[in-house]
Amino acid sequence: MTRLPPQPGERLDRKKTLSFTFDGKPVTALDGDTIGSALYAAGRRTFSRSFKYHRRRGLMCCAGQCPNCMVAVDGAPGVRACTEPVREGARVEHLNASPGLELDAMAVTDVLGGPFTPPGFYYKTFIHPRRLWPVYEWVLRHAAGLGRLPQGQAERSWRTEYRRRHADVLVVGGGHAGLSAALAAAELGADVVLADEGPEAGGRLLWEGGHEQARALTERVREAGVEIICSGAALGHFDGLVPVWQGSTLHQVRASQHVYATGAIEQPLVFAGNDLPGVMLSAGARRLAALYGVRPGTRAVVASTSDRGLLAASALAELGVEVLAVADLRDTPTAAAQALSARGVKVLQGWTVVASRGRRALEGVVLAPVADAQRASAPGSIRRELACDLLLVCGGEAPATALIAQAGGRTAYDPELGHFALSELPPGVWAAGQVAGEGEEQLAAASGERAGLQAAHALGLGDERSRIRSAELGTRLGAALRDAETPAPVLAASAMGKGKAFTCFCEDVTAKDIHRGVQEGYDSIELCKRFTTVTMGPCQGRMCQLSSVRLMSGETGQSLEQIGTTTARPPWSTVPLGALAGRPIEPAKRSAIHPRHRDLGATVKWAGDWRRAYDYGDPEGEAQNVHAAAGLIDVSTLGKLLVRGPQAGEFLDRLYPNRLSNLKPGRVRYGVLTSDAGRIMDDGTIGRIDEDTFYVTTTSSGAGAVEQWFSWWLADWKLDVQLSDVTQALCAVNLAGPRAREILAQLTDADCSPEAFAYLDSRQARVAGVGALLMRIGFVGELGYEIHFPAAYGEDVWNAILLAGESAGIRPFGLEPQRILRLQKQHIIVGQDTDSESTPFGAGMPWAVKLDKYEQFIGKWALAHFADAPAETALVGFTVDGGQLPTEGAVVLDQRGGAAGQVTSARRSRQLGRVIGMAWVPSALASDGQSITISDNGAQLSASVLTEPFYDPAGELLRS
Amino acid sequence: MSFVLECPHCGVREVADFAFGGELSSRPSEAPSLRELSRYNYFRRNVAGVQREWWYHRSGCRTWFQADRDTRTNTVLRVGLPGTLGDAPAMPEAGMGEQLATPAPGKGSAA
Repeated sequence: MTRLPPQPGERLDRKKTLSFTFDGKPVTALDGDTIGSALYAAGRRTFSRSFKYHRRRGLMCCAGQCPNCMVAVDGAPGVRACTEPVREGARVEHLNASPGLELDAMAVTDVLGGPFTPPGFYYKTFIHPRRLWPVYEWVLRHAAGLGRLPQGQAERSWRTEYRRRHADVLVVGGGHAGLSAALAAAELGADVVLADEGPEAGGRLLWEGGHEQARALTERVREAGVEIICSGAALGHFDGLVPVWQGSTLHQVRASQHVYATGAIEQPLVFAGNDLPGVMLSAGARRLAALYGVRPGTRAVVASTSDRGLLAASALAELGVEVLAVADLRDTPTAAAQALSARGVKVLQGWTVVASRGRRALEGVVLAPVADAQRASAPGSIRRELACDLLLVCGGEAPATALIAQAGGRTAYDPELGHFALSELPPGVWAAGQVAGEGEEQLAAASGERAGLQAAHALGLGDERSRIRSAELGTRLGAALRDAETPAPVLAASAMGKGKAFTCFCEDVTAKDIHRGVQEGYDSIELCKRFTTVTMGPCQGRMCQLSSVRLMSGETGQSLEQIGTTTARPPWSTVPLGALAGRPIEPAKRSAIHPRHRDLGATVKWAGDWRRAYDYGDPEGEAQNVHAAAGLIDVSTLGKLLVRGPQAGEFLDRLYPNRLSNLKPGRVRYGVLTSDAGRIMDDGTIGRIDEDTFYVTTTSSGAGAVEQWFSWWLADWKLDVQLSDVTQALCAVNLAGPRAREILAQLTDADCSPEAFAYLDSRQARVAGVGALLMRIGFVGELGYEIHFPAAYGEDVWNAILLAGESAGIRPFGLEPQRILRLQKQHIIVGQDTDSESTPFGAGMPWAVKLDKYEQFIGKWALAHFADAPAETALVGFTVDGGQLPTEGAVVLDQRGGAAGQVTSARRSRQLGRVIGMAWVPSALASDGQSITISDNGAQLSASVLTEPFYDPAGELLRS
Repeated sequence: MSFVLECPHCGVREVADFAFGGELSSRPSEAPSLRELSRYNYFRRNVAGVQREWWYHRSGCRTWFQADRDTRTNTVLRVGLPGTLGDAPAMPEAGMGEQLATPAPGKGSAA
């Protein structure tokens, strides 16, 4: 058992235990444990197998930054064990190892690999023969990887909701600086949100002995009205929008001012075997001990480039861990080094670690003087080998500048600090604490307070006192930084001899791989990144950005300033795609009559945004019944606009290529909408209800676009017209067939005789007691009435018509039979038979364009041009000679056998006993009786052109 | 692209609430030449700077309004209903190299 006695700041409730399973075996945890701390306490050292070489990896950062402890929790892969709280009954499984984590067959790549598997190896080796690539790919994809995604929706039960939050100030990072910034801004009256990755704010204070101070400060911040989002990782900075992912919620935080107090990321050292379980970042070991009461090891060695590692050594010694030696890469002892020596710890100034020893976990380390380290195992070089089970490393700390860089900030290499530091902040963005180089205990609070004040001042808050305070803090920080001690720059890599020295743990990129990359000519950091994939893994460069740049510098002889860093891109933190996708919802529109369609056994399918009745089981029979007796179809999906006002007629005259101002009240006219480029946008019918009122219908899918188009021009022209979209308010049905008149007559007070209610007439009348607008139009080619009425009566009117028509043989018909019927009439469907290039002339509707109209209507100039310059292709009807049904989209060939057009619609018509369709064909072939060839998936079909309707070409039935 | 816009009726909303109508311009008042017509339909100024443009509050009150926006920073300087914003920011002509005789593009080829 590796639990320590209760620690003063620990997160544990030791009286309460939880249990979960790891690879099926039960594990006991304390309440407050993470999966990582519980497994470590239970003695587990190997947490995962690495991406490429399947090497053992264990806890390293204990802060959710490195990739070494990723597991699957309840089926969700890519979860970091070190930060994921234990939930009772959780099912935790390892990733990327088979058959098991301890015995992984693919670990053979670690032994054989290396010399044989340099970067680019796959793509160079598995290129021939090309047809085998799918096989190679399958094998490789299964060999490497970071886990398996759940395949079924049931396995993917977790989901995320979006939340929008507008604030004055967003503080990212809840350490000492971030809390101070939030407090300062909130006290000046700003609405502040603070996001922190950890389960509680406080940052380093929490594990470095300042937990009481951290918790008190957090309480003050909360009392000041700051919204604190814990366990919330900021994913990126997108033009001022910062998504903060917090489990089941994705907060989209938009603030005017941003304070980034993102701290710094402790860097590993690059040496042979630097990934072996037991090699831990110094802060990782401290977190494990202080927050979770877990003893990280019994015999420890420390290698550090700064006091941070030395302080960790002291902290471990306090806990009773035997510290065998501390290798301080700096030549001169600091106060911290002297303190260690004073308590009897051996401090080796100017020494470093060059190799780890051990198979399953760390068993020992090899130390050497820094000056000697690069000479590998040259004869006479000094080495000291120590047996231990824990190695703490600290390769300095790299400011976490990625989010600031995404916001537009810049960094520059600071040779004195040995890392890339902020050099420029964009407007509205402030940096506080360690990310700004102001992270030491005495500085963090001042740095945060100043950033908070600056953010509030930028919002116009604050007063003379707060401004003086901000200036004072600036002076104090400046003075403190001048006196600050500077750590020694770290070696790029020690001992380039035996064993793999990793720069990138996510993708298993070694120091040698960088060397090979440069040799292959990838000598810029951006190229080297793409070639070796360094910085491209889940840690997003946290562990490898700095070390890879240092290695590049060593290889190319360029300075770090010259090499620079790779571009910081979102996401900064690992996030499941499902969290970005949000809740899996698929909004659907349904007509008010929809429940009746279901009762009648309709096949319901998507049609744009709508769920519609495609048929009621027998599409051809339903179509046939419209010819024989009568049919009823729900066309509530049609767009419906009321255009009203003294200038309504003029407005429509300007929008449509035909004239509508001269339409008589009680009459209906077809209209095709064109753009100013003369292209068909939509079509529909326009009925005049009275002098000032027009009723416009649009296609189902075009309803929104037409409303938008109308209101746009209305905003521009400022005519005396009101526009009301009544699409959702009204239902519409089409009653069609030779017996439609007698059925309707039973239900309405309107005179339905052919003389009183002629083709293209409209009437306002009651139908089944409901006030309705009736229009005699014939999309399906038979005598028909389109009836529009309030949606609340949808089912009643539908039922009444079916009941009244029962003896006449009425049957409902769906979308599919309607498509057969309209195709027999060659009535186009915009978007099906036309595309963004189609003109009314090409589509065979020159009669819908009245160029002699007085208005400069939309599309007039382009249409005038098209009228004089005939289209290259035309939309025509065709019948297939052999009776085969061509696929919609099949190619129409020209005389030379080249592609010259395409089939847009094709159906088998029982009424006509033929296969009919519409197609765009070369103008030369667009006349009656012309023979065309359709190439359909390799088959060649012969068809004959017909430019007039296949059914009732004279329209006698329609007008009857 | 991510920023907020202020609808003159509804107030500040995320840009995803709105539909973009493109840069503001006027339609030829009389029959243009074919070249002018093509320019009107297919050419845009595409300024890097402040431009006046159309926006539609699609997921809100469905009002068309205009905004002066800096295309480099997405900073919206002001919004208003058509005709209320005063002089439009100076913008170069769209085109194929030569100046237009008539005022340039409007809503062009929305289809």
